Amino acid sequence: MTADAHSIVSVRDLQVRFQTTDRRATVKAVDGVDFDVRRGETFGIIGESGSGKTTIGRALVFLLKPSAGAILHDGIDPLALPRKQFQNHRRDYQIIFQDPNAALNPRMTILSSVLEPLELAGQGTRAERLARAREAMDRVGLPQEIGERYPHQLSGGQKQRVVIARALTLRPKLIVCDEVVAALDMSIRGDVLNLFADLQRELGLTYVFITHDLAVVSHISERVAVMYLGRFVELGPTESVSERPLHPYTQALLSAEPRPLPSSMRGGERIVLEGEIPSPIDPPSGCRFRTRCRYAQDVCASRVPDWRELVPGHWVACHFADRPNFSPN
Amino acid sequence: MAARLAQHGPDGGGAQPLISVRGLGIRFKTSHGVWQATRKLDFDIAPGERVGIVGESGCGKTITGLSILRLLPNNLAGLDGSIMFDGVDLASCSTRQMRDIRGRRIAMIFQEPMSALDPVFTVGHQIAETLRVHTGVSSEEARAKTLDMLRRVGIASPERRIDDYPHQLSGGMRQRVMIAAALICGPQLLIADEPTTALDVTVQAQILELLRELSETSGTALMLITHDLGVVAETCTRMITMYAGEVIEDAAVDDALVKPLHPYTSGLLRSLPHLSERRGKLASIPGRVPSIMDMPNGCRFKARCPYAVDACDAEQELRDAGGGRKVRCARFAELDLPGALQHATTAPIAAMVAQS
Repeated sequence: MTADAHSIVSVRDLQVRFQTTDRRATVKAVDGVDFDVRRGETFGIIGESGSGKTTIGRALVFLLKPSAGAILHDGIDPLALPRKQFQNHRRDYQIIFQDPNAALNPRMTILSSVLEPLELAGQGTRAERLARAREAMDRVGLPQEIGERYPHQLSGGQKQRVVIARALTLRPKLIVCDEVVAALDMSIRGDVLNLFADLQRELGLTYVFITHDLAVVSHISERVAVMYLGRFVELGPTESVSERPLHPYTQALLSAEPRPLPSSMRGGERIVLEGEIPSPIDPPSGCRFRTRCRYAQDVCASRVPDWRELVPGHWVACHFADRPNFSPN
Repeated sequence: MAARLAQHGPDGGGAQPLISVRGLGIRFKTSHGVWQATRKLDFDIAPGERVGIVGESGCGKTITGLSILRLLPNNLAGLDGSIMFDGVDLASCSTRQMRDIRGRRIAMIFQEPMSALDPVFTVGHQIAETLRVHTGVSSEEARAKTLDMLRRVGIASPERRIDDYPHQLSGGMRQRVMIAAALICGPQLLIADEPTTALDVTVQAQILELLRELSETSGTALMLITHDLGVVAETCTRMITMYAGEVIEDAAVDDALVKPLHPYTSGLLRSLPHLSERRGKLASIPGRVPSIMDMPNGCRFKARCPYAVDACDAEQELRDAGGGRKVRCARFAELDLPGALQHATTAPIAAMVAQS
């Protein structure tokens, strides 16, 4: 197994399986995914609920153990490290979740919440830790007096800033952002997305941005992967994926996105997919998207499509993606 | 049912409005005193028209929808103004009159279909219940109509699904069941409160398509409450923007998107990330919505508005802006505000489809 020298994270044939509560069946939440995240980039993962995108995010920071396959951080396998070293290592790889209300302890002041990771890590003196926490709050645009307040006294946007500040205190290399703006009101979303972009520039951070929102992912990411039922179906530079999508699922997803544009500019026929995402307990054979795909042929049921690089840097898993006339209409 | 529905087509605008809200104010008692959730709301919905009510959380859009059906919480302190529906004022009519209208002539669906459906009854039972209560049809007839309705909302093999319980259905199917239950009595108005927010984008597209198509074929007017401007653009013909408990703009969707008249509408449009554009700085609206306990005098948006002047300290009325538009802004005539177009110059999907 080799890892690209520029990769901060390399994922090889990642599989994560869960037992159902009655232990009779296995859910293959992630079923064979390969990708690299390059240092300093924003790597987007889009998918609908049940696609496995959140499971990947959790596995990337080892909140979940892969059932098979490997996740390398900077070329090393953190699971092979001794316990103490593993704990230290994890601080460089942080995760932020969707709901800041669930992430903040309602009985702790904002400053103690921001301080907590530093205290757990036991770094520096109390004065140094305070200075670091205040610096992090400053960086996300929170005034110092907010430190004395409790979460219920803050707005949703402010709470998400607190969570971001807290992740920054340990000066991570990579942050997994799982639906971080989904719970925010639209006028606040732009602000928080701008903050993520500013922090990346200032601190050289790498992000893995997980979301169901195509507009958000295409705004913030350099590269994007599209996930369906535990697998990637397409991966490539954001412009390329959003302007020339190769997989029928990506094409449908893009055309389903409601666009706040006047009717004259929306144009085009919309591809409306039939049905809903099948159960990951018993996924369709061959290509998993075939049950909803309007181009599906017999081969799609019998053979799993290869993961092919059709255009440099642009990968797709579809038997027919390279055929001419294969375009959404 | 069909006969009555046939009377009003989707192009009923200009004629007598189906529902006419005037000066609607909703007040609540709380331990901190009386809260004014909405104030002086004025708007009409024409027969068969599809109107989007847009705003951020706390702007009063949901409570406005609930007030039309008088489904208001117990701590209601009072309803001001009137909601005229076919000669009846829903804000003041008797409970009995209300009960006759609710579910039969005006129906409502919500964001989370699982909490709106009763888990211990089959979906068929729950859809037919509305029909039995309001029309007293026989159970065979109710079942036949329910099957027909399930088919119309796009549920495959309705004969099998009619005896399913809600937990056996997916999220999208549950919302279809809710729509079937709402439309079975052939209402003149369907209020849909964030009907697709809990659904995936591909399923959302199916449900929005269904709502639009059912509204067009049956002539049911749609009041679509949402925070998502894209959903309104795809589904509605008119858009009413609310901010801090007030209507601040009322215009045809395309007009509002191309040339918004209120700085808040313009700010919202510019703060949205678009598919076609990357990495630029998103415009944002500074500050936050004023607290319901501490509303400023005059324009409620002025503290966040880049165009605010002294005149904004005065009380603002919803004014006629010509061309069927209304706006609550002292400076609308002199401002030339950017809309959605400045932002998205390319439409990749449209281009792609046009190519082939």
